[in-house]
Amino acid sequence: MWRNLQDLSGVADESARTVSLLRESGGGSRRAFLKTGAAASVGLVVACFMPPGMRRAFAEDVAKKPAQIPPNAFVRVAPDNSVTVLLKHSEMGQGVWTSIPMVVADELDCDWAKVKVEHAPAAPEYAHTVFGVQMTGGSTSTWESFAQLRQAGATARALLIAAAAKKWHLAGTADCRTENGFVICADKKASYGELAEAAARLPMPADVALKKPEEFRLIGKPTRRLDSKAKVTGTAEFGIDVKRPDLLVATVARAPVFGAKVKSFDATKAKAVPGVVDVVQVPSGVAVLGKHFWAAKQGRDALVVDWNLGDGARISTEGLRAEYRKLAQAKGAVAKIAGDVDAALKAGKVIDAEYEVPFLAHAPMEPENCTAEVNADGCDIWTGTQFQGVDQMTVAKRLELKPEQVRIHTTFLGGGFGRRANPQSDFIMEAVEIAKAAKQPIKVVWTREDDIHGGYYRPMWLSHLRATLAKDGKPAAWAHTIVGQSIFAGTLFAGAFIKDGVDGASVEGAADSPYLEAVPVHRVDLHSPTSPISVLWWRSVGHSHTGFVVESFVDELAHAAKQDPLKYRQALLPEKSRERLALDLAAEKFGWGKPLAKGHAAGIAVHASFGSYVAQIAEVSVSDKKITVHRVVCAIDCGPVVNPLTIEAQMQSGIAFGLGAALHSELTLKDGRIEQSNFHNYVVLRANEMPRVEVHIVPSTDKMGGVGEPGTPPIAPAVANAVFAATGQRLRRLPLRLA
Amino acid sequence: MKLHVNGQEHEVDAPADMPLLWVLRDLIGLTGTKFGCGMAQCGACTVHVDGVAMRSCITPAVALAGKQITTIEGIGHDGDHPVQRAWIEADVVQCGYCQSGQIMAAVALLKQKPQPTDADIDAAMSGNICRCGTYQRIRTAVHRAAELTRTAVATAEETRHVA
Repeated sequence: MWRNLQDLSGVADESARTVSLLRESGGGSRRAFLKTGAAASVGLVVACFMPPGMRRAFAEDVAKKPAQIPPNAFVRVAPDNSVTVLLKHSEMGQGVWTSIPMVVADELDCDWAKVKVEHAPAAPEYAHTVFGVQMTGGSTSTWESFAQLRQAGATARALLIAAAAKKWHLAGTADCRTENGFVICADKKASYGELAEAAARLPMPADVALKKPEEFRLIGKPTRRLDSKAKVTGTAEFGIDVKRPDLLVATVARAPVFGAKVKSFDATKAKAVPGVVDVVQVPSGVAVLGKHFWAAKQGRDALVVDWNLGDGARISTEGLRAEYRKLAQAKGAVAKIAGDVDAALKAGKVIDAEYEVPFLAHAPMEPENCTAEVNADGCDIWTGTQFQGVDQMTVAKRLELKPEQVRIHTTFLGGGFGRRANPQSDFIMEAVEIAKAAKQPIKVVWTREDDIHGGYYRPMWLSHLRATLAKDGKPAAWAHTIVGQSIFAGTLFAGAFIKDGVDGASVEGAADSPYLEAVPVHRVDLHSPTSPISVLWWRSVGHSHTGFVVESFVDELAHAAKQDPLKYRQALLPEKSRERLALDLAAEKFGWGKPLAKGHAAGIAVHASFGSYVAQIAEVSVSDKKITVHRVVCAIDCGPVVNPLTIEAQMQSGIAFGLGAALHSELTLKDGRIEQSNFHNYVVLRANEMPRVEVHIVPSTDKMGGVGEPGTPPIAPAVANAVFAATGQRLRRLPLRLA
Repeated sequence: MKLHVNGQEHEVDAPADMPLLWVLRDLIGLTGTKFGCGMAQCGACTVHVDGVAMRSCITPAVALAGKQITTIEGIGHDGDHPVQRAWIEADVVQCGYCQSGQIMAAVALLKQKPQPTDADIDAAMSGNICRCGTYQRIRTAVHRAAELTRTAVATAEETRHVA
C-alpha cells in the first residue's frame, strides 16, 4: 500500500508529515506511554502509546464513570484467568486475530488456550505506530506493532510478578518466574487471574525485560487460527450480520456513470412496495429504506431516478487506451533517473514493449455495508473497516462531533483487499448521511452489482518500456514510462506520498526495481491523467502492475539475450540480496531446469513489496487457448516469522487473488458504464483453477516485512513467462489472452 | 407461511417473491448463511433443502413449505460436525465469509461421495467462490472430513456391535 517499505526509516519520515496532518484534525500521537488501570471487574489493563492528553482523559474517566471506560488497552487479564487481547488491527482474513495475540501472549507467558480476542474500539492509542492513524493496510500490521505488543505483554507480566511478590511479602522479584499463566516462587504459585486486580493497582515498571528469540514459545511456531470455530459455525459476526433495535435496511440508487448527479426522482412506485418505509436523498444518490433487505431492494428497483450524467458518460476503455498510449510516447514526471537515457537508446537496438492492466474491483465476498445510528450523544457505527482512524475523523467532521463521540464497533471483515480502507470513508459516510436524513438507525447493504459498479478500482495502467542490451546481454539502457490515475491524489495522504508530481504508489516496484542498480543508464517516469473514475489500493497496490510489467520485460530481455530466465536474473541481482535468496530457494525447490511433464512449461518471477521478497515459479500448460496452472512454487523472505501457518495461507491467498486477475478479471467501460456486474462476467479464481502451491520460507533474521500482499505481484508474470515458454507468445496485457 | 429450519418450525410473514436467504437472515435471524451475489454465482448462500445443497439467494421461500431446511447453524453441535472439525484442523478459514457456504457444499458432496478425489472436490466446490483463495486447504479439509466421517461411522458400528 505504501512505497519503500523496505526502508522503514523513509516511511517514518513520510508518516511524520501524515501524522502532523492528522494531529491538526485531532488524530493520533506516537508518544510512547504506558499505563495501568484497575477498572471495575476488568482486572489488569495495560495500554501503550497513550498521549498525555488521552492519559488525563482516561484518568478522569476512571474517576467519573468507571462503568463506561473504553477498554483502552492491548491486553486485559481477568480474575477468571482469561486473557483478552484488544486487537487494534482489523481481521479481514490475513490472520492478525491469531498472529498479533501470539506476540502478546508469548511475552505475557500466559496460557494460550485462555486467550480471547476482541477488535479494539477507535481511539488514539490504537494508532498505527508509523502512519499515526488507526488502520490496517500496507501489509504492515505485524511489524508495525511487534515491538509495541511485546512491550505490552512483557509489562503485564512484570506487573503480575510484582503483585505476586507483594502478596508473598518478598523483598524483590528476582526469585519469581512465570509459567503458562502462573507466577511461581519456590513452593508458592498464583494464577494470573488471582493477581490481576492487585497488579492493576501497582505503578508501571520503569523497564521490563523482553524475551530472547530463543525463549519464544509461540512466536515462530505454526499456530492454528483463533477465529476458526466462529467462522465454521456461522456465528462470527460480520458487518452485514449486525442486529440493532428498530433497524431498517437501506439500499441506494447510485450514479450509473462516474460523476453523475441526481436531477430528480419519483418515489411513488418504490413507496408502494410492501415493507418500504422511506425514501431519502443523500449526496451519493437516493436511498430506499425497508423493513428488510428484500423490501429495500425491490423498492430500489421500482424507484425512478433521472440523472444528470455529465462528462463521465463519454468514458470508454478504448478511449482511455488511446489517451494513455499517446501519453506514454512522451516523458512524464521523473521518478528515477541515471544518465542520458534518450542518447543511450539511440546507440543500440531497442527492445520496445507496451504493457497494460485493466481496472479491477476488489469484490470482497461480503459486499460493502454499514450500520449507523446518530443519537443524542454522538454516532455509533458497526462495520468491517480497515480505516477506523480516518473514518472516525471524517464522520466527526461531518456531524460536528468530537472524534471520541464517533464510536466505531469493528466487526469481522468479509474480505478487505484495500476496499475497506477508503480515504473518503465512502460506505460509512453514506450510512451516516442516510441515518441522519431519515432520523433512523439504518444498515446500508450493497448488492454485488453495487460493489462492481461502485468505483474505487485498481487503476488501469499502461507501461511503455524500452531497453538496449550490452554485449554480455545485460541491459545497457532502460526507459519505463507509466500512465495511470493517481491513488493518493486528493486524499489526506497526498502530501506525504506524492512528491514532485510522482505518486509513489504508481511507480513502486518499477522506480525502485533492484534490476535498475545493474543498468547504468535508466529512467522511470509517470503520467497521472485524471478522470471521474475513483481509484484505490487493491491488494499490492502499484506492485499489482509493476510486478507484472518489470518481471515480464526482464524475461523478454533474457530471451533477447538468449539466456536462461533464472540465470539472467541471478546475474542482475546481487548474490546476497534478499531477492536472490528467495529466487534461489524457489528455483531449488521447483527443480528449475529439470524436465517437466509433456506440454508443460515453467515461468519465473521475483518481486519485492511491503518489505518482503517473493519468488514464484509457475508450471503451466496451454491447450485450446486455455491456460492451466498446475503448480506454483513460492519462496518468501519476510524476515523473522511469527506464524508460519499464516505465511503459507497468505502466499496461497495472494497467488489465488493474483491468478484470478491474471487469467480472467477485468472491468471495461462503454459510454461511462462499467460493462461487468457480477461474478458471471467479473470472473475470479474458482476451486477448479487453484494450482498446487508450495510455500517455502527463507530463514531470516533480517528486517521484518509483510505477508498480506507480497504474494500477489509475482504470480501474473510467472504465469505469463511460462505461457511464453510454452507457446512463444508474449502476452503483455492482463487478463492473459492467447491469440 | 411455515418453514422448517434446523428442526424448528417458523411462522414467517414474507412477500411471495422473497428469497429464502433473506427470510433466514432478516426475518428468522439466522445470519450464518451469507449474501454474496444474489444470482447463484458464488455459493455463499448455500443451504440444504431435504439434504440437497441449494442456493438460497434465488430460491423463493414459499416454494419450501413442508421441506426440511438446514443451515450452517443446524449442522453439528458447537462445531463438532466432521466437516467443521476438519476445517479447524486444516486451518482453512481466512476472512471466513464464504465458509458457511463452502461447508454446506462439502457436507452435501460427502453425502454423495464419501471418498471424493481431488477432481470430485474441484468439480463440486467450484460453485463456491472464496476471494481469500482458501481452495487448497479446502481440498485438504474435505479429504480429512471424509476420513473423520469414516472413523465416526466405523466407531458407531463398532459400538453397536459391542452393544
